[in-house]
Amino acid sequence: MDFLHRVFIWLADPAHWHGSDGIPTRLGEHLHLSLEAVAIGALIALPIGITLGHYGRFGNLAISVSNLGRALPSYGILVTAFQILGLGDAPIILALTALAIPPMVTNSYVGLREVNPDLKDAARGMGYRELAQVLRIELPLAVPLIMAGIRTSAVQVVATATLAAAIAGGGLGRYIIDGFAQQDYVKLFAGAVLVGVLALVTEGSLSLVERLLVPRGIRLQKARPASRATAFKTA
Amino acid sequence: MTRRVFLDGVDPWVNWSWLSSHVPTVLADLEQHVVLTVIAVIGGLVIALPLGVAAYRWTGLRLPTLGTFGVFYTIPSLALFALLVPYTGISGVTAEIALIGYNVLILLRNVIVGLDEVPNDVLDAADGMGYRPLARLLRVELPLALPAIIAGVRVATVSTIGIVTIAWVIGLGGLGELILQGYIESFHTPLVVGSALCVALALTADLGLAVVKRLAVPWARPA
Repeated sequence: MDFLHRVFIWLADPAHWHGSDGIPTRLGEHLHLSLEAVAIGALIALPIGITLGHYGRFGNLAISVSNLGRALPSYGILVTAFQILGLGDAPIILALTALAIPPMVTNSYVGLREVNPDLKDAARGMGYRELAQVLRIELPLAVPLIMAGIRTSAVQVVATATLAAAIAGGGLGRYIIDGFAQQDYVKLFAGAVLVGVLALVTEGSLSLVERLLVPRGIRLQKARPASRATAFKTA
Repeated sequence: MTRRVFLDGVDPWVNWSWLSSHVPTVLADLEQHVVLTVIAVIGGLVIALPLGVAAYRWTGLRLPTLGTFGVFYTIPSLALFALLVPYTGISGVTAEIALIGYNVLILLRNVIVGLDEVPNDVLDAADGMGYRPLARLLRVELPLALPAIIAGVRVATVSTIGIVTIAWVIGLGGLGELILQGYIESFHTPLVVGSALCVALALTADLGLAVVKRLAVPWARPA
């Protein structure tokens, strides 16, 4: 109990709540890196996944991009980006974006691919043009899996952003990397608690958004999208 | 701010003479990487198989087990190592607890899905042939769930190979050690060699397990 008590004191210490190494600053850095990477990743991945899923082309590619993404060592990608771009946020965002893309491509592809072909025929019969059919029939039906893909990516990006500290970046991983380097187990543990809570909050809040965005009519489907989404863990 | 040159003449991406004189080091790191991965995947299977069978039988177990391991899975590996170090020290045990925990979630899901998808007709036929519950499980249900289970093992193995590159943080070596050396010395060769071997190892393992599946599940082969 004594150790956990010291961790609690560390977390409650006002000195750790301001300044350039304070928790709000580190949290801000962490969120900034993660948000930017997920946003850029989504802008690249979703149009690709949605287009491939709509036309039903290159399915193997859309699926195997996740397998390949899983095989990429996130730490190696970060260090490689660091060697190319040097210090700063750019290499971190580049690496995180690369890791954010695969689950979003795969899940949006699968989401559109799984739309019942009868519904597409019906839409055609009702006179929907192709774009309207995608926007008003296929996308709403694919929302559960698309959102599950975004959530999977976001949780992984938040997790991997912890490693930014290993290439002289900021973020909450700073406390963990510094804690290890200084053998300061209290700081280490406190940092890990913060990172763990952030990951769980990300997962939880995006699950909530997912639930709110799913059209009511398809909420009754038996298989939960969360359990059908591609498992993806890189850090 | 120091900017590095993309391809400067001084440090090529792979310095072959360094590589040829460091083959034993590279092989030792590769071996350590494989050992950590194999323990994590087998450990995951040892827990996930019985747990999955139990959750398949008693559906009330699904939410608590999947939920618990889901929370575990969501926690980043670096944070999980850090949470465990004060209790289990800088050791292989720390890394394996985290890695095995992650694999349990992936495998547990696939074991349950695989068993769920065994057709009812097959179960009725097995019952009609006089199979007792345990024999039915071992000789009918688990073999039919094998494709899903092996698919889970593939995902678990490839993920683990990637995550093990962070094991250097707790002094366990592996290919991450080479990447770390590349970072510290700003020397491209170990970084490229470590990353490339990691990807190659993951793809080889994935392909190898695909072959295992073909051999283990001959009835699923397209005619």
